[in-house]
Amino acid sequence: MFKTLNKMLFVSALLCALPLVADEQAKGLAIAQEQKARDRGWVESESELQMILRNAQGRESARRMRTFALEVQGDGDKALTIFDEPLDVRGSAFLTHSHPTAEDDQWLYLPSVKRTRRIASRNKSGPFMASEFAYEDMTSFELEKFSFRYLRDEACGELQCYVVEQTPTDTFSGYSKIIVWVDQAHYRVIQAEYYDRKASLLKTLTASDYRQYLDKFWRPHKLHMLNAQTGKSTDLVLETIRFQTGRTAADFDVSALERAR
Amino acid sequence: MNTPLPFILRRPWLVLLASLLLIFMCSAGLSKLYFRGDYRIFFAPDNPQLQAFEQMQAEFNKSDNILIGIAPKDGQVFQPALLQLIEDYTDAAWQTPYSIRVDSLSNYQHTVAELDDLQVDDLVRNGAALTTAEIAAIKQVALAEPVLVNRLIATNGAVTAINITLQLPEPTGQQQVDEIWHFVRALSDEFAAKHPDVTFYHTGIIAMNYAFASEAEADVKRLVPIMLLAIILMLAWLLRSAWAAFATLIIIIVTVTSTLGIAGWLGIFMSTATVNVPTILMTLAVADSVHLLACMQLALREGKSKPEAIRFSLQRNWLPVLITSVTTAIGFLTLNFSEVPILRDLGNLTAVGVMLACLFSLTLLPLMMWVLPLKAAKNVERSAAKMDWLANQVVQKQKPILYGFVILTLISTALLTLNEVNDEPNEYFAKSTAFRQANDFMEQNLSGFTSVDFALSGAGEGAIAQPEFLAALAGFSAWLAEQPEVMHVNTLSDIIKRLNRNMHQDDPAFYRLPDTAEEAAQYLLLYEMSLPFGLDLNNQLNIDKSATRLTATLYNLGSKEIIAFEQRALEYVASNFPTYQVTAASAALMFAHIGERNMASMLSTLPVALLLISLLLVFSLRSLRLGVLSLIPNLVPAIIGFGLWGLFIGEINLALSVVAGMSLGIIVDDTVHFLAKYRYARLEGRDNEQAVRYAFHSVGRALWITTMVLVSGFAVLIFSSFRLNSDMGLLTSGIILIALIVDLLFLPACLLKLDKSKDEKHVQNA
Repeated sequence: MFKTLNKMLFVSALLCALPLVADEQAKGLAIAQEQKARDRGWVESESELQMILRNAQGRESARRMRTFALEVQGDGDKALTIFDEPLDVRGSAFLTHSHPTAEDDQWLYLPSVKRTRRIASRNKSGPFMASEFAYEDMTSFELEKFSFRYLRDEACGELQCYVVEQTPTDTFSGYSKIIVWVDQAHYRVIQAEYYDRKASLLKTLTASDYRQYLDKFWRPHKLHMLNAQTGKSTDLVLETIRFQTGRTAADFDVSALERAR
Repeated sequence: MNTPLPFILRRPWLVLLASLLLIFMCSAGLSKLYFRGDYRIFFAPDNPQLQAFEQMQAEFNKSDNILIGIAPKDGQVFQPALLQLIEDYTDAAWQTPYSIRVDSLSNYQHTVAELDDLQVDDLVRNGAALTTAEIAAIKQVALAEPVLVNRLIATNGAVTAINITLQLPEPTGQQQVDEIWHFVRALSDEFAAKHPDVTFYHTGIIAMNYAFASEAEADVKRLVPIMLLAIILMLAWLLRSAWAAFATLIIIIVTVTSTLGIAGWLGIFMSTATVNVPTILMTLAVADSVHLLACMQLALREGKSKPEAIRFSLQRNWLPVLITSVTTAIGFLTLNFSEVPILRDLGNLTAVGVMLACLFSLTLLPLMMWVLPLKAAKNVERSAAKMDWLANQVVQKQKPILYGFVILTLISTALLTLNEVNDEPNEYFAKSTAFRQANDFMEQNLSGFTSVDFALSGAGEGAIAQPEFLAALAGFSAWLAEQPEVMHVNTLSDIIKRLNRNMHQDDPAFYRLPDTAEEAAQYLLLYEMSLPFGLDLNNQLNIDKSATRLTATLYNLGSKEIIAFEQRALEYVASNFPTYQVTAASAALMFAHIGERNMASMLSTLPVALLLISLLLVFSLRSLRLGVLSLIPNLVPAIIGFGLWGLFIGEINLALSVVAGMSLGIIVDDTVHFLAKYRYARLEGRDNEQAVRYAFHSVGRALWITTMVLVSGFAVLIFSSFRLNSDMGLLTSGIILIALIVDLLFLPACLLKLDKSKDEKHVQNA
């Protein structure tokens, strides 16, 4: 008798909670959709980046690269990254065609052997250029890659943020979840916490120095990724960014890799 | 003699209250006491090998690990069920707390060139569904891959391993180690239930840390009951009084709880070394109590009333008990000069405990005996008669005894050189422990537990891609692999060679280093881009790619061999590749060096301790001559003990290097008692022969009794599952026993020879 009562209570509690969970998911998705919508229409850009790797003792090492990016309607974006430093990898070019649902296509052109190699992109969770960023942190943000859940509102610095939990749908992701702080005024990512597959905090991303381009698009000029487990960190500094440079889809073709400089 | 002690008997309630308050306040610290097994407790923060190790861990990722050996009973790893097991275990292992990396046969990142693709993927996927042909292909790849063979897969394919690398937060507590251990054990148990035909072994740094702490805890649980039993038996035999035994037990218990409580207050943790404190203290506290109680019983026998007997015993014994406690404490305090922090803790705690035992024996014990019934001594005549007989023998055969001992001492001194310092963490554990069995099995069937990491650094950013550097790395790796001590070398040069082959359509002719720095750097770029989470090269490359870490896995060797290997390797690089820097570090190297360092520091403090104790004897005996003479019985037992050790065992580990200092403080007690009585008789005007007889008659029995107590107390440590503790128990109890023989034979023979009557004047005036 007592047990049945308990069960009934439990079930009714569950029934009450269910719409709540659905609400949270809907709100989370809505925030992500707005985030995506606000970043639509930039067409293409060219940027110069510096990456500063730092170990737990504070020793530093720098990498330099340029990235050309192309917005693709109806599919994931395309990006071409050309490495400038260190000198021994100068001219290496990394092309990605990201896809919302399918695996991304990736190619790397190696100037020393004048060859392009396709990379099996199952492994997108490893470090990018030995930094604290993984390839999957840098690829284009696609709604289909995550399920979302709104958690709460919270102050983030001077701003007010939505806190949203993103759960990767891809089993090959290195993360169990990502908690993202998105500012309510402009839907920009201010902070993100990445949790590894055993659900321990792995690293924290802090985005700062946001500047607005074309009166619409916000770009962070500094991304700081700190590994909570090893104490290593990486700064990704956006030195310059230009829009509407005249590049077309042909510049993002595999055959264009060997011409890229 | 005017003593402060009657005060104890005049104001018993005050003394009782003060003692109870002290006991209560000290013991309250017990709740703060905890076990810690992190192997770093053996090393002081300024230990150069520890610093080199931490430096390397900071530059590359940490290398703390737990290794799970997987051994199918039929010796066939390459079969669907087993491969699936490895895959499932690997997946599950990523859930290990604090894990940052899991390496196994299944998630080994196999690279193949396919047209213009570089396929980088797990070597085993869906193991259970693999065909015989696919498994044969996997086997061929695995057994030809230098990264895997003798590290994660045995050459005959019979045993495999999964290595979990952990990043533990600093400072590491035992709690994290336990968490990891219990998680992995639960995993193994779960898989073992599903695969009854597979055996799992656990080794690696975490397993060692866990074993250090858990075996220490088991030691307490095993040894303390044996100790209590031994004490009860001994007291029943020696005192023949249940109440006296009860009072002694109370003294022992309050001494141990107060001391451990103080440890708790001071933040000193229980470790493989400090776990001996209770057993050692019990032994030493029993000795104090037995002295006092035996004397009370004698006084009762002589017809004194109980209060008189207690007063008599206190007056006769307070000074000797105090002096012997102080000398024992000094002996233990010499451990402060040890290189090993936990041995310092052992010394300090025991020294504190010895003084507490002294205090409680002189206050609580008489108070308790005031209330408790006590029987007079029996059989005193019989043992006194035996002692008189012994005294006769010594007097009659003084020359053979004297020269016999001189010769024995000389031989033992020569035998000392047979001792070699050797510290091998694996050997610290008895063969019966799970950790030792896992290590021994893995060494025989796959790979050793001992490893040495080398960091080879070039000049400037990206140096590791330069052809000259890679040639040096490959040369050094090949040299390492040829060494008889080495089972496996994990090196970047093997990866670069493989990538070069991949970039040339898997043509075996290209399994060599690329010609230019650009090629090497770009291959690495491609490879690093292709690796999944956790399987990157950050454990082998530093952030500016100026240095690489290579790991040599060795057979489980003694410290001499490891140090020799390290020196040879460093010299090889220095003479063949002088442009590059090389450093070596590992837990095994730290242990290899600690024994030598500890021995050197302990040997240098021994003379200081000896001098201090001798000075104390000179003052307490009020005789320079006897103080100097006391050097003989204080030194000879350790010489004979270590000489015999050299003859029969010959291996000195870091616990043994402290035995000399420690036992010195204990064996001095016998000398003090014997010489005090001897001098008393001399002062009364007897000649040296009569004085020797008097000393035998009055303290012979007491010496015999306390020696029996001490020997059996330290002998209990022989049952420890740590070789550090069992060796220490064996040698210390041996030295104490030898000390009794020396005190009853060699010392009187010396006195008869060297302290002739013409010196009587000198003795009196000194």
